[in-house]
Amino acid sequence: MTDLALEKTAAAAPHRASPALLGIGALLIVAYGVLPLVASEYLFDAILTPFLALALAGLGLNILTGYAGQVSLGSSAFMAVGAYAAYNLALRLPGVPFLVDILLAGLVAAAVGLLFGLPSLRLRGFYLAVSTLAAQFFVQWVFNKVGWFSNNSPSGIVTVPPLSVAGLPLDSSAGRYLFALGVVTAVTLAVWRLVESPTGRALVALRDHETAARVIGIPVLRVKLLAFAVSSFIIGVAGVLWAFAYLRTVEPAGFNLDRSFQILFIVIIGGLASLRGAFLGAALIVVFPLLLSRLGEALLGGLFDSGVLEMSQRIVLGLLIVTFLIAEPAGLAALLDRLWNRAWNWISGRFRRTG
Amino acid sequence: MTIHEVLLSLDGVEATYNHAIRALSGVSLTVRTKEIVALLGANGAGKTTALKALSGLLPAERGQIAAGSIVYDGEDVTRRSPAELVRAGLVQVLEGRHCFRSLTVEDNLIVGGQVRGLDRAALRSELERIYALFPRLRDRRRIPAGLTSGGEQQMTAIGRALMARPRLLVLDEPSMGLAPMVVEGIFAALKRLNREEGLSILVAEQNSTVALRHADRASVLETGRTVLDGSAADLRDRDDIKAFYLGFGVGSSTAAATTPTAA
Repeated sequence: MTDLALEKTAAAAPHRASPALLGIGALLIVAYGVLPLVASEYLFDAILTPFLALALAGLGLNILTGYAGQVSLGSSAFMAVGAYAAYNLALRLPGVPFLVDILLAGLVAAAVGLLFGLPSLRLRGFYLAVSTLAAQFFVQWVFNKVGWFSNNSPSGIVTVPPLSVAGLPLDSSAGRYLFALGVVTAVTLAVWRLVESPTGRALVALRDHETAARVIGIPVLRVKLLAFAVSSFIIGVAGVLWAFAYLRTVEPAGFNLDRSFQILFIVIIGGLASLRGAFLGAALIVVFPLLLSRLGEALLGGLFDSGVLEMSQRIVLGLLIVTFLIAEPAGLAALLDRLWNRAWNWISGRFRRTG
Repeated sequence: MTIHEVLLSLDGVEATYNHAIRALSGVSLTVRTKEIVALLGANGAGKTTALKALSGLLPAERGQIAAGSIVYDGEDVTRRSPAELVRAGLVQVLEGRHCFRSLTVEDNLIVGGQVRGLDRAALRSELERIYALFPRLRDRRRIPAGLTSGGEQQMTAIGRALMARPRLLVLDEPSMGLAPMVVEGIFAALKRLNREEGLSILVAEQNSTVALRHADRASVLETGRTVLDGSAADLRDRDDIKAFYLGFGVGSSTAAATTPTAA
């Protein structure tokens, strides 16, 4: 995994006229200013809001797997913890503002993440991945079996109360999208600060060489647990968005191993140890099935039913992941970097010739 | 030679891995302040394990110190964590120059200074100090360490350790896999630090020629045991030293019998 990150850094090394800031500015203007005015309900509900929730989950997993190098297959369990914690907080402590609920739900997810992160102090790589599966199965099982978490609803299905923040109802498609967008923007900013900080460098040091990190005095065990806690906090908040802004009715079965893999694929396809990667990967994962079904219908008509769709989705996604791991292990983020550099060279070359 | 106080002393240290595999069975050595001590021995003699033991790295590799004492700066440090030792000024550079490959050379150095919690200005001046010592690193500072040459990676690893302002720098095989010119450069830089700043250095080496040329004193390990201890000048000319590395039949008893008493 270190090799991937290395390639990424190498690709990003030649600094161009900071297109990053311009790009982010433009994206924020579109996301906050333009989309809420022009987008349809379908675009909000089926694409933008789930995209935001999954991107946030990817961001959280990226801290753990991309930056700190600890593999986890339990992401959707932490989403479930966040979602059910927020549901219970809203249900049992109605006086508490929803923004506080989110924070507390994130903290609950962080605590659970910390607990399941303990094996990482002893296990590495493949073995650690297997032990995080325990989180996945245990959490799903608890929410199914213990009625208290779902207010005794059969098979743990809960319907969350309509979203409103500080008395402002946000229960329209656009409102839920804007709410998710606000949360994702704030968390992304915080994560960006984190990875640029000494702690962020310590995470990378831990991933690149654990013993070397230890000899220069990095408290390796503490940093590992911190990575688990922060990552689970963010994934938990993503779970809150998933439940409150996107689906509004969730069940434990929705937070299964498939979802954990989906989040892992977002990180791998998007780019390990890259903030943009989580967003690019999530965009691909959300948009790709829709494109595939449109394409299938157009080409095959009635033959392309939902069974075929699901099957072909899995096949194409699998191929994509293999392709990425071989051809561009640093993901979409590195791919875009390279394209940008090439385009920039071409443009500046033109300029020089004409000018 | 002036008499210095003892900074580090290992006395009869025995160590095992997994409570079963014996790696050290009696290592004794001392490092005094402002001294360069070479730890010599063939492959598998226990140099690396001895250094890991004194840096608190054994527990992370399921190793234990079974007997003996390790005293650094007047305190027993057998159970100290590496982070505590780094803060106390004992910093090791691992065998095989392990840099953080995806961090730039400069970020590698910065991580090394992190334990001291420096502010921006202090960090800058510490970086300048390393770049003055290894000018190559200044040119390469924006490059990911994984893409630099072996020599540059070794310099980065040493620079990273120096950022923590050690009083005792411990190096494991700094010459491994490097061209003789590069090795000379690195030893010259270390010697300069030793002379100008009084840095104490303990260096494990298979390359005894280079190590003995720069060290004040040396200890020789064989099968996990200290078998020879003396001033570098004395050891330089002795044939039985060479015999140790080549593995010809100079038994440890013969060697011990001819051991000159340590300074």
